Amino acid sequence: MRNMIAVYAKEMRSYFVSPVAYVIAGVFLFLSGYLFRNILMQFNQWCLIYAQRAQMMNMSGMPSLNLNELVVTEFFAVMDFIWLLVIPMLTMRLFAEEKKTGTIELLLTSPVSTVQLLLGKFLACLSLYAMIVALTLVYFGILELYGSPDWGPIFSGYLGYLLLGGAFISVGILGSALTENQIVAVLVSFGMLLLLWLIDWSASFAGPTSAKILKYLSFIEHLQDFQRGVIDTKDVVFYLSFIFFSLFVTSRVIESRRWRR
Amino acid sequence: MIEVTNLSKYFGDVAAVADISFRVESGQILGFLGPNGAGKTTTMRILTCFLPPSSGSARVAGHDVVEESMQVRRKIGYMPEHPPLYNDMTVRSYLGFVARIKGVGGAQLKSAVDVTMERVALTEVENTIIGHLSKGYRQRVGLAQALVHDPPVLILDEPTVGLDPKQIIEIRQLIKGLGGDHTVILSTHILPEVSMTCERIVIINNGKLAGEGTPESLTAQLREADSLLAEIGGPRAAVRAVLEQVGGVLQVTSDGDGDGDDAGPGTYTITTRPGTDVREALARAVVEHGFALRQLRPLDMSLEDIYLRLTTEEASVRDA
Repeated sequence: MRNMIAVYAKEMRSYFVSPVAYVIAGVFLFLSGYLFRNILMQFNQWCLIYAQRAQMMNMSGMPSLNLNELVVTEFFAVMDFIWLLVIPMLTMRLFAEEKKTGTIELLLTSPVSTVQLLLGKFLACLSLYAMIVALTLVYFGILELYGSPDWGPIFSGYLGYLLLGGAFISVGILGSALTENQIVAVLVSFGMLLLLWLIDWSASFAGPTSAKILKYLSFIEHLQDFQRGVIDTKDVVFYLSFIFFSLFVTSRVIESRRWRR
Repeated sequence: MIEVTNLSKYFGDVAAVADISFRVESGQILGFLGPNGAGKTTTMRILTCFLPPSSGSARVAGHDVVEESMQVRRKIGYMPEHPPLYNDMTVRSYLGFVARIKGVGGAQLKSAVDVTMERVALTEVENTIIGHLSKGYRQRVGLAQALVHDPPVLILDEPTVGLDPKQIIEIRQLIKGLGGDHTVILSTHILPEVSMTCERIVIINNGKLAGEGTPESLTAQLREADSLLAEIGGPRAAVRAVLEQVGGVLQVTSDGDGDGDDAGPGTYTITTRPGTDVREALARAVVEHGFALRQLRPLDMSLEDIYLRLTTEEASVRDA
């Protein structure tokens, strides 16, 4: 435990003393803020059109447009794609840099187990991710000022985000553990993530059983319930087991140097 | 304290280390000598559990490096050839991190870091970012990280590489001071370093053990033939001919061979049959032929000679 905390603290420190954390947070918040604004403007336009139509058709007492459905869900859907691009950059240095600079020699000759090392790094990256994601809560604060969003689905959406981020990060760490070149690490993780992202596309052309499997493996499929306000154990288990699996593979990759005789 | 038995390590078909065995007693400083690429780093990486051996075994402080790697890792301080430094950390925070992952507890942490910085003279740069330090300081931080948890066994891979002469002396003195309390393995390809700091020497070349012993015993072991050094004035070819006539002389080489200047005084290395003292006969022969004998003394084989000899002999055997 103490070793894990030491590794965690070192990684956090290194994110914040380098420009990495600030640049990534800045770029992400700028992009997501821009998208959120556009989604809001679009919603505004729809509201106007909707109101005009209602007046023209002289229909009073029509239900108003759903803010959660048209703004919150929409925003979540674009946010996960930004993270798909950004997370490999957060994770690329975690092992690749240690290998390149030789500090891996310090870590692997210290009495620190691979699990402690891996969890320290994983949790550090996850915390940075969670901090940046939490900043987007401000956007929903703005919604609260002018409308009345339903906070339940927002919070469950964020929980989904935390799990999705964990899954992304575990893939990114695997990519980083495979190489000592950070560019290779980014590309490998990005390739794996994009494949998992698009995997359910091929489900439409597959047989019934394989379609089910492919759909199950899709990252987005499991996120949708969270965004609708449903916390289904099936989805939670999916993300947790995915994280466990890719961290397990990563630990095997790191330890493989100890079996190669 | 350290026991290496028939250790081999292959990378593909290439043997980086082939069937090496040696022991280091507790408190001893062992010099691990060999040219670049001899297998020093590979052996050290096996001892520190960074690489597994292909065959054979190594035990550190009674623990096997493969089976009980965690116990071994707790007992060693390792300074790799390239110091494993995080360039974005300050010296103090880096040493604090290393101490923590090496298992130094919260209460002793600060004092462990302070004492270590004092020991390797880093206190003045404790808040400097490692990336901004000069090569000499970086090397010292590298040594500090190996010492910070006060391990019983220290494995230092070329600790003085790239330092200036003053720093080299300081580091050597520091290492010398570590003997007794610590068991130290020190690898180097610089000979004076070994004779200055180490009590025992293991020489390896091309992954094989080429010699082992104290500096004195290695010298004795290699004295199959005695040599003399002579400085004699007179035409070289003639002097050489005279020297070769003396009974017991095996071979004569002179310094300035082939430089055209045949007349001036020359320095000759004379190899003689072991156990025979030919100095008197030599002196007489030189004087009788009218040459000027300026100097005549027995040549002790320096460690440098041993090293060169051992490693080149290996090469000639291989080439044959």
